[in-house]
Amino acid sequence: MTALPASRLPAPLLAARNILTFLLRSPTSAFGLLVLSILILTAAFAPWIATHDPYAQDLNNVLQAPGNGHLFGADELGRDIFSRLVWGARITLTIIFLVSIVVGPIGLIVGTTSGYLGGRIDTVMMRITDIFLSFPSLILSLAFVAALGPSLNNAIIAIGLTAWPPIARLARAETMTFRKADYIAAARLQGASPLRIIVKSIMPMCLPSVLIRLTLNMATVILTAAGLGFLGLGAQPPLPEWGAMIATGRRYMIDSWWLVTFPGLSILCVSLAFNLLGDGLRDALDPKQMNRR
Amino acid sequence: MENPILEVKNLCIRYNGAPTDAVRDVSFTLGRERLGIVGESGSGKSTVGRALLRLLPSAQVTAEKLRFEDLDLLNLSEAQMLKVRGRRMSMILQDPKFSLNPIQRVGHQVAETLLRHFPVSKSDARVKTLEMLAAVKIRDPERVHDLYPHEISGGMGQRVMIAMMLLADPDLVIADEPTSALDVTVRLQVLNILDGLVRDRGIGLIMISHDLNLVRNFCDRVLIMYAGRVVETLNARDMDHAQHPYTRGLLAAQPRIGGSRAPLAVLDRRPEWKEEART
Amino acid sequence: MSISRMRLRGALGQAGTIAVTLLGLLLLTFVIGRMMPADPVRAIVGEEASPEIYQQVFQQLGLDRPLWEQFLRYLGDVLTGDFGTSIRTGKPVIEDILHVMPATIELATFAILIGAGLGIPLGVTAAVNKDRWPDHLVRVFSLFGHSMPIFWTGMIALIVFYAHLGWVGGSGRMSQFYIGMVPDVTGFLLIDSLIAGEMDVFASAVNHLILPAALLGYSSSAYITRMTRSFMLDQLGQEYMVTARVKGLSRRQTIWRHAFGNIRVQLVTIIALAYGGLLEGAVLIETVFAWPGFGQYLTNNLIIGDMNAVMTCVLIVGVIFIALNLLSDLLYRLFDPRTK
Repeated sequence: MTALPASRLPAPLLAARNILTFLLRSPTSAFGLLVLSILILTAAFAPWIATHDPYAQDLNNVLQAPGNGHLFGADELGRDIFSRLVWGARITLTIIFLVSIVVGPIGLIVGTTSGYLGGRIDTVMMRITDIFLSFPSLILSLAFVAALGPSLNNAIIAIGLTAWPPIARLARAETMTFRKADYIAAARLQGASPLRIIVKSIMPMCLPSVLIRLTLNMATVILTAAGLGFLGLGAQPPLPEWGAMIATGRRYMIDSWWLVTFPGLSILCVSLAFNLLGDGLRDALDPKQMNRR
Repeated sequence: MENPILEVKNLCIRYNGAPTDAVRDVSFTLGRERLGIVGESGSGKSTVGRALLRLLPSAQVTAEKLRFEDLDLLNLSEAQMLKVRGRRMSMILQDPKFSLNPIQRVGHQVAETLLRHFPVSKSDARVKTLEMLAAVKIRDPERVHDLYPHEISGGMGQRVMIAMMLLADPDLVIADEPTSALDVTVRLQVLNILDGLVRDRGIGLIMISHDLNLVRNFCDRVLIMYAGRVVETLNARDMDHAQHPYTRGLLAAQPRIGGSRAPLAVLDRRPEWKEEART
Repeated sequence: MSISRMRLRGALGQAGTIAVTLLGLLLLTFVIGRMMPADPVRAIVGEEASPEIYQQVFQQLGLDRPLWEQFLRYLGDVLTGDFGTSIRTGKPVIEDILHVMPATIELATFAILIGAGLGIPLGVTAAVNKDRWPDHLVRVFSLFGHSMPIFWTGMIALIVFYAHLGWVGGSGRMSQFYIGMVPDVTGFLLIDSLIAGEMDVFASAVNHLILPAALLGYSSSAYITRMTRSFMLDQLGQEYMVTARVKGLSRRQTIWRHAFGNIRVQLVTIIALAYGGLLEGAVLIETVFAWPGFGQYLTNNLIIGDMNAVMTCVLIVGVIFIALNLLSDLLYRLFDPRTK
């Protein structure tokens, strides 16, 4: 076992609390936190919040303007837009969650092994990372989705495949700083295998910064997912994914503005929330900034 | 003293948000002479220098009197101040590695002082710049003129700095630790150049330093500062007759070649000194 | 002598790295192409072809060979400039792409001008007023641009500025009325219309270009603003800024002549990278504005699964990105005296 002293455990929790209080003090990151909590609550309580069945078509209400029983109006099949947005929050959260659990581990494994082992392996792995980095993420995800076939799951896989390189870069850089540390040397002298050192000693050290970087990337992930949905390569109808809703609403946008306006505002709010939060986190973790306030 | 260049009476400086004054009740006058201000780091000596140039945007500067020649520095507008800085009062900063712009040619940076204050053509400015570079004993001014700061040594960088600050022929130069960042071997050389120019041109000099020996050799008078106050003012010659225990402590803490090998005295710092100099 | 040899070795090493990256890029596009669900043989022979003909084409395309052999063949084709034929248009893919590229370059160039024109002054303002209200305002403004789904903003902008206000042209590069009036010389409509002396077409083209370019520019200005701000903050804290003030320069002069002067090289490299990033936004904005450029070409082919076209498009984007990275590296070395 890597003998971590017992007093270590509360330290991350304490740090998390400090960061949280710091974030709440700035109005912009507080707004970000607020929007994200609303998103999570909406997704969790979707069946109770939604006023209608998101899939129920009502041909008497086709393209009905906001008001009159439909808060945000009804779409081309008479479905309630508000309820679809509420259920769409679940899809957005699913995307965020699944992309994180794909990207985090891949990035962490590639980065730490490459940084710890160094040499040839490092060169090869970083070359591969560079190749992935030499595309804008949307275009590479487009290509992957095209290869895998359009669907929500494939969109998530494609985004995951394109979003790991920056994480790997970060984990590698972190590992390089820990690699020479005395406690790693101690573990090696005890006869721990490289695998054991990477998993038990290095990965936990890289975890916080990787998590933060993931938060920072989430705005991009959401925009990419929405973009794929918009191009018809992500979530397929009748799923109430926000990007796909905009795509179908596009045909009616000149006369029925509400079809595209509300899903777009939802995407904007969530990605803005992540960006504001990320900005706040960056400040919170910058030691120079911390002392100043 | 007839016709002082600078009169300072009860100068107080407080940084915004700080609980106490960084500098309190500092008074002195300066003629065409060389005045040293000595103190430990944090004693407020550099703050005084920057306050005279009004380059402390985040501090409150108050004084009973802050007169520079015919100007009341406290009441000058920023526009008037722009005509004072560089032209009539300038400052030599500590480390040429940081105080010279890394991506502009040395000559260009020196000439900027002249172009800012005089209606001269670029070619005239170049001639004047080369003359000035020669005056600070740079051997090949034409070559150095076109170099970048990272291509010259620290000693040469500081000579460039001196050239830049004396080019517009100011009446007062503040030298803020002008040699602390330099190699010991070139310190004296740079100081001699500065000293020579200041004497020849009759410029008032305020030398800010933590180095007591250096100041006593290059200045006429010395102000000893402690915790934002002037604890003692002495003629450089009379340094050995210092009255104040702090000054004596500073002197005792200086190692001497050929002196006793006993451990050097530890500097004594007493809180009451912060108060007493007030009177 | 040893220095020039070291430089040569450095250059060779870099060339090697680029070659490896390009090879990896080709491998990646190859894998993507082979994974695509669309059957390339069916696309050529049609649904009703007999099994014999199908088999014949299957062999012609080399699909019966082992994968590594297929990759070598692909590599050879690409190196000789053969990117295959587009199934949709029946023309060589590279010809198609060269035909649509000018429209995208025109759009991206205007966008980057707007992005830099907006981002640089905002970044400087934010840095100079750090932690005061202009800084916060700029931060929110640029994060907003960074957060908006550009395809949606494009639609809203069309509804407002085209449908309701009528201030700008709608979809496409010019009004339907003018299509075909100007001979295709450079492919850049603004230039072609000037060559032809058709000022009406020119005006229409500007009218159509302004909205998508402004939106793309706004979204890319977020990155430029942020980088400008952080570069400026680095410079403003430097001691030479004090020197400049001591010389008698005003605050404004020190900011623009010294601090800003020193970040120009960094800014150029950032703008080069942002230019590459515009390709991403172009894919979406071209779809919204029916802009007949590279992005639209790519999405159209993605949806019908035109393998050759998709592979080549992805490859080209990768190459453009690598080239821009190299360019920004090169600019830095050329213009920063410290790297010499």
